[in-house]
Amino acid sequence: MAYTKRVDGRKFDELRPITAKVGIIPNADGSAMFAFGSTIAIAAVYGPKPLHPQHMQDPRTCILRCNYNMLPFSVTERAKPGPNRRSKEIGKVTEWALSSVVDLKRFPGTVIDVEIMILQANASTRCAGINAAAMALAHAGVPMKEMVASVSIGKIDDKIVTDVIKEEEDWEEGEGATDIPFSITSNSEQITHLQLDGKIQTKRLKEATEAALKACKKIHEVQKKALKEAEI
Amino acid sequence: MDISNLNKRQIADYLKQEQRLDGRDLLDYRDIKIETGISVNAEGTSRVRIGKTEVIVGVKMDTQEPYPDHDDEGTMMVGMEFSPIAGKRYENGPPGIDSIEVARIVDRGIRESGFIDWKKLCIKEGEKVWSIFIDIYAINDDGNILDASAIAAIAALKVAKFPVYDEKKEKVEFGKFTDEPLPLTDKIPFTMTFHKIGDKMFVDPNREEEDTSEGRLTVAISQPGKEKMINAMQKGSFEPITIEELEQTIKSAEKVYDNIFPKLLKQIEKLK
Repeated sequence: MAYTKRVDGRKFDELRPITAKVGIIPNADGSAMFAFGSTIAIAAVYGPKPLHPQHMQDPRTCILRCNYNMLPFSVTERAKPGPNRRSKEIGKVTEWALSSVVDLKRFPGTVIDVEIMILQANASTRCAGINAAAMALAHAGVPMKEMVASVSIGKIDDKIVTDVIKEEEDWEEGEGATDIPFSITSNSEQITHLQLDGKIQTKRLKEATEAALKACKKIHEVQKKALKEAEI
Repeated sequence: MDISNLNKRQIADYLKQEQRLDGRDLLDYRDIKIETGISVNAEGTSRVRIGKTEVIVGVKMDTQEPYPDHDDEGTMMVGMEFSPIAGKRYENGPPGIDSIEVARIVDRGIRESGFIDWKKLCIKEGEKVWSIFIDIYAINDDGNILDASAIAAIAALKVAKFPVYDEKKEKVEFGKFTDEPLPLTDKIPFTMTFHKIGDKMFVDPNREEEDTSEGRLTVAISQPGKEKMINAMQKGSFEPITIEELEQTIKSAEKVYDNIFPKLLKQIEKLK
């Protein structure tokens, strides 16, 4: 069966309804929640603060440390709590996605900790996490050159789709499912994070990139709006 | 974030006059707010806020072989994490003793009160029973995460629904739920923690009060009939308490149960 209509009725280039809010965790220096439909991420920023142990400090720059944590009850079959290989990799690509827009050189020898929790998962959790983390950094008042927005583009059978959900991620018919998460900076439109899992014709990647760019622009507007609405 | 000695002294001085910096009485809780349905893939979830303190709890279910000494009873596991999201003082890593202690106290209150009818969680005697996983996460620690966790665990259990169980395959169909609530009784435990500063005992410390606290005593009480029952107790921290203080605290616990719990119960009963 060809993928002619999305399982949740969205247009191929349509994002799920987005909810975004900052200032959700009073203890944190900055915090945010970001949801793509039923995928919900929250993030808290602590720092810049002195980094211990001292030998981990870098006298040239601040270190951005991201931790991705998928809660055991966020998925249908309970996930074992605690870090695993997947969460460690996602934490790392999140650091790479965000580091280049943060003015880390301003705070040598320090660390900024970004804690991401996935409360409810329906695919695209890393993208929701990166969006929440970028907003939390801005909310913390960390100097940033621009924002980062993240979206997962999929190729389901032969269709390029924006903001993949679980049923699409698990699609097996036709050409199957390909998941391509992108993170793109808001002004200079540079890609700070890109992964791919599946199979896509080389000549079709451009379509995915264009879809990502379009979606990230929309996400960026939502992020900006939520930050402007923040209660200080 | 650590509290200064000056603040500690002020808190202690106020307490001598039976006063608190935020104006509460010694046996007063901050506003308690319960929300449920915060994560759809779980069998039951809740968010509890006590003042600025926030915890979330998720209940997940699966099946397993029963323990040999209780071969017709379901099982329960409580996990707790003070994630670094909750405050500057927390670091990543395996659950430390603080988390383990919270999880175990919450576990004991629920287990011993008879809130769960374990026998109704049996699928096939000696072979298969339901297991309940309760995962607790501190989201914002402004003191008294322990009591918040206990309330949130009750709320999440209250709204939890069994997942679909495929009897032929003898497997849980994860992500599909029935309308059937868990076999709970009305023996709801209320876990409250008393903190000691000087010779005064008080409940629901905020962050600074908790950091000033010299000792604590947690008491879980339920009332199955006319009499109140203590289901769990734990004395934490180094400062000893006297026998008189223990007796006084139990009296206070009954008072707190009568004053705070009915309001809480009203909120819990409304939960779906």
